[in-house]
Amino acid sequence: MGRAPPFRAGAAYRRDMSDRRLPTSPGFWRSPLRGPWFTSVLGLVLLVGITVLFVTGLVSYAAYNPGLTPVNDQTPGKGILGFYLFDWPTRPSWLYRLTQNVHVTLGITLIPVLLAKLWSVVPRLFALPPARSLTHALERISLLLLVGGVLFEFTTGVLNVQLDYVFPGSFYPLHFYGAWVFFAAFAVHVALKLPAALRNVRRARAAGGEPAPPREGGDLVSPRPDPPSVSRRGALWLVGGGSLLLFATTAGRGFDGPLRRTALLAPHGGPEPGSGPGGFQINKTAAYAGIDAAETSDDAWRLVVTGRTGTVRLARADLLRLPLHSSALPIACVEGWSTSDQWWRGVRLRDLAALVGYEDPAGVPDVFVESLQRHGAFRRAGLRANQVRDPLSLLALQANGEDLTPDHGYPARVIVPAAPGVMNTKWVARLTFGDL
Amino acid sequence: MTPRFPRLPHALRPLRLPLGSPLQLVLLACSFALAGYAGVRLFAGDWFGVALWFVGAALLHDLVLLPLYAAADRAALRAAGRAGRRAWVAYVRVPAVLSGLLLLVWFPLIAGQVDRRRYRLTTGLSPDGFLARWLLITAVLFGGSALVLVVRLRRAAKHRPPAVH
Repeated sequence: MGRAPPFRAGAAYRRDMSDRRLPTSPGFWRSPLRGPWFTSVLGLVLLVGITVLFVTGLVSYAAYNPGLTPVNDQTPGKGILGFYLFDWPTRPSWLYRLTQNVHVTLGITLIPVLLAKLWSVVPRLFALPPARSLTHALERISLLLLVGGVLFEFTTGVLNVQLDYVFPGSFYPLHFYGAWVFFAAFAVHVALKLPAALRNVRRARAAGGEPAPPREGGDLVSPRPDPPSVSRRGALWLVGGGSLLLFATTAGRGFDGPLRRTALLAPHGGPEPGSGPGGFQINKTAAYAGIDAAETSDDAWRLVVTGRTGTVRLARADLLRLPLHSSALPIACVEGWSTSDQWWRGVRLRDLAALVGYEDPAGVPDVFVESLQRHGAFRRAGLRANQVRDPLSLLALQANGEDLTPDHGYPARVIVPAAPGVMNTKWVARLTFGDL
Repeated sequence: MTPRFPRLPHALRPLRLPLGSPLQLVLLACSFALAGYAGVRLFAGDWFGVALWFVGAALLHDLVLLPLYAAADRAALRAAGRAGRRAWVAYVRVPAVLSGLLLLVWFPLIAGQVDRRRYRLTTGLSPDGFLARWLLITAVLFGGSALVLVVRLRRAAKHRPPAVH
């Protein structure tokens, strides 16, 4: 700008000019898109979406039955944060498949909305004065928890889904406690902002389009906007298009066959790991779990079942002579992928309980399941009595009409309706029935 | 009532920050209490690492990612403006945003930074091909965008009245 400053302005003018080069000046922010309507619409979408994420996340923790035995619980120090825990049901059998696919797929779908929302309010990060009141100062500190928390949760989730364990610790406590820190800030943010967001959107609707100059959130509107290169509606369409693209390239990993191939960039998308009856998705291969073929051979492997009346040792051939039953059940992983229903065949868990002194189906106890696997968090798992009692709960020997493959848990694996994938222990070595 | 600091100049008087809404104050206090309760557990392990990730995520987003993409967008807009084709910027912006989102979300797999051996052993699947698929999707997005632009230009040319000299 070559214009000479008018005489009267002097120092004030120079300060003004330098201010505009600093993000602390409202004039620094030039986008004509920013404004209360844009932020409010994105905020309301996130309010609904993040609430669903939080609830499905809490539900996923409950699905592990952490209260049953310490081996099921990755966050034993949770204290009152586990106040809501309940006995995880077995029906509908697709329950965990639904809740966890929604949790992960919706989370990924919301990323463009989240980024747009953060973009729309970024001038406020630099707004001066730093605090107008004590409440305002605390609210700004709370916003650090909100923004840090939401990015922490999305980042750890997105990395965990890709098996990129670079975050500082075990995923379960980081994501669970991080969610509560975030939620504390989220709840107060909603309480403080929701009324204004609703008013902004309602006023816009009453005006039949984008709103008249607002009273609330007017600070988001640039005082010297650039000429628009896209309308606010156009920008929202772009955000929605980004969400749609992420959804379309992710959602398929909840289904077998051609739908999975649409998940082009997501792990467990694309083609199945194998072909034939045992070709469906695998969480941990036998090689990963360190399962030696010598220990699973017919000569070596014995299932040890312990209960009220003592211990029974069963070879695979013994199990095949027991009454065999079929269940059509999916595998649903905490990472947000799942298979369609597979056709499992094996011995009911409650029939195995009957072998060791629990003949009355109404009185079956919990069971502690141990795998041949030597390391890994879920080589042991506790199942609750309602899971043992369910007629669809099997110690499966076959999948889709053939013997289990080594990667799917040969010689025998647990399969329980609606349980998270890792609770369906593979390469089972020992079942101990009794109250946990 | 005598003021407590009658002779001090204004600037030296203790900072008096108004309280603000008491209801909001109570809500914020509740929020901090819950965040503290969960935060103690969150920081129980590698507290420094967690703090770094928590604060770092916010700083990295607000001070690096956002300025970077905003600057890229302004540069594209300016370049299009200089070429006298400001309206065309959408045909670059849309595929770039979509492709960039996919890269951001699936960066570890696309960039091949995931432990390949562990990925293969865990899933029984190949860790390869993510980069190629992302490049293909990106090509389709930009190609589709160019196609739409060409179609619109031709349609506009057809409906334009004969050239006026």
